[in-house]
Amino acid sequence: MNKKVIEVKDLSFSYNGHPVLEGVNLSVDKGDFLAVLGPNGGGKTTLIKILLGILPFQQGKVYVLGQKPGKAAHRTGYVPQNVTGSEKFPINVLDVVIMGRLGFLGRFKKYSARDHSMAVQALEQVGMSDFHEHMIGNLSGGQRQRVLIARALACDPEILFLDEPTASIDQPFQTRLYQLLHDLNQAGKTIVVISHDLSVLSSHAKSVACVNINLYFHDSSEISQEMLEKAYHCPVELITHGPIPHRVLKDHH
Amino acid sequence: MLEVLQYEFMRNALLAGLLVSIACGIIGALVVVNRIVFISGGIAHASYGGIGLAFFAGFSPYLGAIGVALGSALIMGMVSRSRKHRADTVIGVIWAVGMSAGIILIDFTPGYNVDLMSYLFGSILMVPATSLWTMSAMNLLILLLIFLFYKDFLAMSYDEEFALAMGVPVGPLYFLLLCMVAMTVVMTIQIVGLILVIALLTIPSYLAEKYTTSLKTMMAWAVIISIVFTQSGIWLSFYLNLSTGATIVLVAAVFFFISGLVPQRIIFRKADQ
Repeated sequence: MNKKVIEVKDLSFSYNGHPVLEGVNLSVDKGDFLAVLGPNGGGKTTLIKILLGILPFQQGKVYVLGQKPGKAAHRTGYVPQNVTGSEKFPINVLDVVIMGRLGFLGRFKKYSARDHSMAVQALEQVGMSDFHEHMIGNLSGGQRQRVLIARALACDPEILFLDEPTASIDQPFQTRLYQLLHDLNQAGKTIVVISHDLSVLSSHAKSVACVNINLYFHDSSEISQEMLEKAYHCPVELITHGPIPHRVLKDHH
Repeated sequence: MLEVLQYEFMRNALLAGLLVSIACGIIGALVVVNRIVFISGGIAHASYGGIGLAFFAGFSPYLGAIGVALGSALIMGMVSRSRKHRADTVIGVIWAVGMSAGIILIDFTPGYNVDLMSYLFGSILMVPATSLWTMSAMNLLILLLIFLFYKDFLAMSYDEEFALAMGVPVGPLYFLLLCMVAMTVVMTIQIVGLILVIALLTIPSYLAEKYTTSLKTMMAWAVIISIVFTQSGIWLSFYLNLSTGATIVLVAAVFFFISGLVPQRIIFRKADQ
């Protein structure tokens, strides 16, 4: 189980001269469930986009599944933060989900019957089987989020990246989503999830990374006070899990 | 009514309207969903620089137009990808500079000055037969490229970042799209002129999008709607003795405003329930 699926060495990234990430080192084992925490604008999303090959980085070395970012497209799944502005796009649910199969196809190829059945299966996994033909614009925010999760699952990825997957979904599905992620993780998939929701940690995460320009990695899901304060630069509410999950509150100044 | 079809200029005009509608419907759909209407307007106006250059140097104005349209499409594409926050300003500058350069070059051209208006507002009733062949070839090329890269264009248009993460070559596709916009714009200049090109790229696609459920059907309907607009516009302008380009655009505008009164995708909402 010690195979590295993500390796980042001395990664730095800046946007218009402003440093977003500096000297980031990270190494994720196969089968890990990594929670990425940190303040807004701290570089969490940037880090994931670099790992996926969406953003080109300026300095450092990054390998995903032993290859440069973006070269292992068909082996990684990506759930972006809820896309806005695309609600009016003329496209139905199944056509969105089947895009998750793009990494398998070369150019000039058409989707096959297998691509189709994998998309249908992914929709079943998120409980959206009855919505194949529905227009994406007619769904609620939560339903649309489920479709985006199905799109990421459609390629049966070895690593699944999720960026704030619970932002717009209701409580029952949230529980179901974490159960799904837990099951996928049990089946040997590596999960990397950005979340503000610290409760995900107590139940499922195996390791934690706090990102705020720098990255602090902790290879168990117990987050230390020190780690969070380094990342957030202020005292934070800490949730720990022992026999009885409890919160540790600290005064803000 | 059909006796006017005996005139070659009328047959050519209607055929040109048909050919331009195919390109405008397909590329217009991509222009609308990718929100590159402003760049398309910029390409259309900048291409006037090429028309001016062609008259000044003495070669075919449409050759000049396509050259400058492709060149400005590439520059605008680079600017819009690398300097996103001020891209619209730079595009606006290229828009105006291209057009001004064209006017000055024509000022410098000795002898009888060409009819500027025909390039600004179209000259559909003077489309030569050779243009029809060029338009057909450009249409075939556009159809082939869209057929080959449809799923990639769809992925890029719907969610560019996800497409990138899936290994779709978004950068090259975007430039390919802008080059197809440039080709479409130069074809359409002959029908409605460069100032009114934007109407034929956007109005049919906008109407089609409201009542369709996929990018494919949006393209197909945009083509059909565009054909209706150009053909009825040409007939109307002939019988009412009006400028053809402006008549086509106003026919489109009437439908555009009427569509505002018809609820969007009413049919499909019902189907969903």
